Amino acid sequence: MKLDRRKDLLGIKDLSREEIDQILDTAIPMKDVIKRDIKKVPTLRGKAMVTIFYENSTRTRTSFEIAGKYLSADTVNLAVNTSSVQKGESLRDTLKTIEVMGFDLMVMRHSMSGTPHYAARCTKMRVVNAGDGQNEHPTQALLDMFTIREHKGTLENLKVAIVGDIRHSRVARSNIYGLSRYGCEIRVVGPATLIPPEVEKLGVKSYYSLEAAVKDADVVNVLRVQRERQQAGLFPSLDEYAELYMVSPERLKGAKDDVLVLHPGPMNRGVEISSSLADSTQAVINEQVTNGVAVRMAILFLMMGGAKDEIAG
Amino acid sequence: MNLRDKNIIMDEVGMKRALTRIAHEVVEKNKGVQDLVVVGIRRRGGPLAQRLAERIGAIEEVEVPVGIVDITLYRDDLTMLSTQPMVHRTEVNFDINGKVVILVDDVLYTGRTVRAAMDALIDLGRPKRIQLAVLVDRGHRELPIKADYIGKNVPTSAQEIVSVLVAEIDGIDKVVIQEPINET
Repeated sequence: MKLDRRKDLLGIKDLSREEIDQILDTAIPMKDVIKRDIKKVPTLRGKAMVTIFYENSTRTRTSFEIAGKYLSADTVNLAVNTSSVQKGESLRDTLKTIEVMGFDLMVMRHSMSGTPHYAARCTKMRVVNAGDGQNEHPTQALLDMFTIREHKGTLENLKVAIVGDIRHSRVARSNIYGLSRYGCEIRVVGPATLIPPEVEKLGVKSYYSLEAAVKDADVVNVLRVQRERQQAGLFPSLDEYAELYMVSPERLKGAKDDVLVLHPGPMNRGVEISSSLADSTQAVINEQVTNGVAVRMAILFLMMGGAKDEIAG
Repeated sequence: MNLRDKNIIMDEVGMKRALTRIAHEVVEKNKGVQDLVVVGIRRRGGPLAQRLAERIGAIEEVEVPVGIVDITLYRDDLTMLSTQPMVHRTEVNFDINGKVVILVDDVLYTGRTVRAAMDALIDLGRPKRIQLAVLVDRGHRELPIKADYIGKNVPTSAQEIVSVLVAEIDGIDKVVIQEPINET
């Protein structure tokens, strides 16, 4: 199956390597479009998409919106906190209302895992998961993989360390599903309370020492410390977290010389990543944002173009 | 659908001569190669553009810039295709503002590809002029588009297929007319 034959993009778990390659290859010419003076192509003219975010986001939502606009799709953002959702409308009814306005595709973020999957079953619109609870954030993983491939030339057999709150991270989960398709050696590292033992079932290795986890690494993906989790008492303080797990140039001495540092943003400088590393040439955090637009353009193009009938459910 | 070769309408030598003649015509018509660039339409227009640029350059003893335009994002038939075609890169690494662009394709048929390619070019800049060079014009236009330089006019029926093969992609240079085999 290729992405253009799929109704929804809900998680990397469902994607074959062939589908991931198709998305990443399509994102290359899309990135060229972003760099032009005239940043618009007519390919999705007459298509309409809506973003509906039940959780805060600036970069993901803006990225989807501008990706749609660069492809000439009409793009609407539904502001959940000023919408009928506040008046008690059920999700199913909200979706139906949006669907009958004629939208072709919906981009959804929700704090509860599985909501986009439920939504996809309720509606004929195509659904793209922009992050569901602690489950998956497929487009983030795809843009991370695009960025890695661009710098390393390949995704195959790399050593990748993912640092931070693995337990709550949908970014980590989607990255693990994606990178494992390419035979990468994936290591996860963080405080023991934030590394669920079951994670090893996904074929990754758990570490509790940052230095051990980044040894010979090609890529280090630093996750955001979700401050909202701190109330749960899973780690004593931000200072202590930084003391043990803040990724910095000194801490990366054991990694490969050309180690690539990723961060999905927004960054807490001085907590999970040192300012000097964030601003170094090893870190490609701003490039990830540009690549995010290119990858989302590729996804929207593949999913919204083509004939509508005979699409697999 | 099985195809059989019906007629070879150009061989390697014929293609070479046609491109050489077109190169001379381009130079003559534009009174030189001032501000001239060559852009091929992916896929087989690419190698043909490269060859044409080399010939033009050889006549005038200059280097003529050459690029490739991918028209996938400008096609008008995407909603009619069952699967999305692969998008490839447009590689025009020079400024086309104020330039005379020689747009190159292998076969001119409905004119829809050329329409898409012109839209793609105009999104890259504002050329002073766009001229169209094709190796084969087979007729059956659906849009008001006409070539400025033609390798060979080939009257065809709509059932026939004109295939241009180029060494860079297909390992051989030739132009053939093919027709479907009726399985009886």
